[in-house]
Amino acid sequence: MTKCTVLLFARYAELAGAPSLEVEVPEGATLGDLWDRVRKMVPALRDETRPLLACDRAYARPDTAIPVGGGEIAAFPPVSGG
Amino acid sequence: MPGLYRVGEGKLDLAEAVRAVAGPDRGAISTFLGMARDHHAGRRVIRLEYEAYRPMAEATLRTIGAEIEQRFGTPHIAILHRLGVVGIGEASVIIAVAAAHRREAIEGCRFAIERLKAIAPIWKKEHYEHGSIWIEGASPDPTAT
Repeated sequence: MTKCTVLLFARYAELAGAPSLEVEVPEGATLGDLWDRVRKMVPALRDETRPLLACDRAYARPDTAIPVGGGEIAAFPPVSGG
Repeated sequence: MPGLYRVGEGKLDLAEAVRAVAGPDRGAISTFLGMARDHHAGRRVIRLEYEAYRPMAEATLRTIGAEIEQRFGTPHIAILHRLGVVGIGEASVIIAVAAAHRREAIEGCRFAIERLKAIAPIWKKEHYEHGSIWIEGASPDPTAT
């Protein structure tokens, strides 16, 4: 198993009641697998089926493999800066 | 790479952005200020609040700067975004792009704000007299743009 920290922002952080979550996933899991895990852990995020995902501070698709050691993973809603 | 890119608390200063991009070989500086507006969709807004995934947001602003340099041929760019509470009438974002000629400066500045709104991991919360809402943009997939 790989232990990952998932950073959450804006509405997701409010829904989870925390700015980050610790999640364990099997070796070879993808970002999408990790998010599915988060949605099971946090009922308030259950309906968030299409988050934006980032791995090591770059946007990444759900089929991206989690880096060895976990990397820096983030999940967030559509952006609204400016 | 020259340029000024910052995401953080504290009031923004247009003069700082202009100073960061000005130079003797540049005949044009185009600037954009995004201001906190007192209404949205018929509701009165009393203040805004911004949150960012700070290291990725700053990296994204630098990426936008690199895109501008590639497209418009100038590296003289400042992009500043404020975080935390922003009062009505205050600037939440300031952009300045300097170039030898006006076309590159104006188009580079326009490109910068459009890209920022599409891809920078920054979120705006609108506070009303009763309650508040996180605004979420239309772009579901910044990796595709």
